[in-house]
Amino acid sequence: MDWQLAWDSLGPIVRGAILGTIPLSLISFALGLVLALGIALARMSSIRALSAAARFVISVVRGTPLLVQLFVIFYGLPSLGATIPPWPSAVIAFSINVGGYGAEIIRAAILSVPAGQWEAGYTVGMSRATTLRRIILPQAARVSVPPLSNTFISLLKDTSLASLILVTELFREAQKIAAFSQEFMLLYIEAALVYWVICLGLSALQNLLEKRLDRYVARA
Amino acid sequence: MSHEPESSSPAPGASSSGFGVPPIGSGADPLLRATGLRTSFGSLDVLKGVDLEVRRGKVLVLIGPSGSGKTTVLRALNALTPPQAGVIDLDGERIDFAAKLSKRETAAQRAVLRDASGMVFQHYNLFPHKTVLENVIEGPVIVQKRPRDEAIATATALLERVGLASKRDAYPFELSGGQQQRVGIVRALALRPKLLLFDEPTSALDPEIVGDVLTIMSELAHEGWTMVVVTHELAFAREVADEVAFLDGGVVVERGTPAEVFTNPQEPRTREFLDRLLRPLE
Ligand SMILES: Nc1ncnc2c1ncn2[C@@H]1O[C@H](COP(=O)(O)OP(=O)(O)OP(=O)(O)O)[C@@H](O)[C@H]1O
Ligand SMILES: [Mg+2]
Repeated sequence: MDWQLAWDSLGPIVRGAILGTIPLSLISFALGLVLALGIALARMSSIRALSAAARFVISVVRGTPLLVQLFVIFYGLPSLGATIPPWPSAVIAFSINVGGYGAEIIRAAILSVPAGQWEAGYTVGMSRATTLRRIILPQAARVSVPPLSNTFISLLKDTSLASLILVTELFREAQKIAAFSQEFMLLYIEAALVYWVICLGLSALQNLLEKRLDRYVARA
Repeated sequence: MSHEPESSSPAPGASSSGFGVPPIGSGADPLLRATGLRTSFGSLDVLKGVDLEVRRGKVLVLIGPSGSGKTTVLRALNALTPPQAGVIDLDGERIDFAAKLSKRETAAQRAVLRDASGMVFQHYNLFPHKTVLENVIEGPVIVQKRPRDEAIATATALLERVGLASKRDAYPFELSGGQQQRVGIVRALALRPKLLLFDEPTSALDPEIVGDVLTIMSELAHEGWTMVVVTHELAFAREVADEVAFLDGGVVVERGTPAEVFTNPQEPRTREFLDRLLRPLE
């Protein structure tokens, strides 16, 4: 085992994580959540066309491979005259992906809040929008943290696909060094370990967040 | 329920004698008159033309068998479930549910009803993610845009009045059912509504704490709040109601003073219902 190579390659790989994988995940997740909330509300709208459009987006996102979505945006769109650089392409594809999966999670969470909470909001004089924002969403947030955390962890791992559209991130750094040194096993195991460590950190954060959001719930 | 000594510095909005001055003086004229309320769910006609009158500063108790539409009536009065037809005259404003109106006008009409009333639910429906104080000031601060300090002072005085000053910063799950319902009442009072609606406020409570909540309600009645109360507590109705209305089959079958309705019911259906309520095992 080439320990020197393992040590020397750690720098570029971690840099790939810090400059590529992590910001790509965070930005895509943040945009994706906004999109997810929008799609979830559209899906629950009484306006038929809006709800149908939302259902269509969700169906396409969930029914097609992420890699194909990524390729359509990066390699496909240029033939229609829209050339988007690697980073924005990746952000667009990942955000839409989070939007599609997150929408169903958020919708289920909103529906899980008892109808009496909407009514209590109305009877203190709130509009639908205010009740949603101040009463329903905070309670839905608690319910949706575990599934959304899973979505985030999946996203973080899926950003390795961005290496295929030339985004500099963790896995692409590992690939470059592997090709150069021919130490494939070493480099890919190393990349896997770095992903794993990041995910362990995320799980710890998830636990903290769940504890915080659970402070107003009776413990069984 | 104790009558505690007043705090040395009464909060603004809370009179020194109790739950704050009811927003409107008492009188014999109706605050609310509902005529011909009709509500159906699909093919099920629940309200088939309900007429009601609530006089200022008076207490109307609604009784009737399960499924007779008592909750539906209350939800019509605050437009939680707007009826398909009927008219409500409320303090000089007229809401005609059958009128063809724009979305905006409809919303404005519902707002008139909703802003006029405060509701106390059978299952409290407190906001579980907010503390007791936050539950109470949510409406005054967020909806009515009252200064936060003032809303907190009013809320604190009201909580003290119902013996819950020490629970101000607790979350609802930390309270007993009776305590939660007292917070529910305070949350409604803090809105300073013209009209208080109660939907079986004690029927989810353990028998030994029902009295606490009923005592608060009769104090409110004596202070001149206008109230519509759905309840099966006949002793409470007899003592506190100014008028009792018996609802059955989607209409008000009989109404009158408690003495008239309870001691000398005119309609066989009323008599039957009261018999069953008083002697459930026969
Ligand atoms: N949202 C709804 N959709 C369909 N049916 C409803 C709805 N709300 C009430 N109903 C029906 O309307 C009828 C009257 O209901 P309501 O809740 O007003 O009765 P109630 O007099 O309050 O009864 P209870 O004493 O059991 O509370 C019932 O048959 C009920 O099933
Ligand atoms: Mg009911």
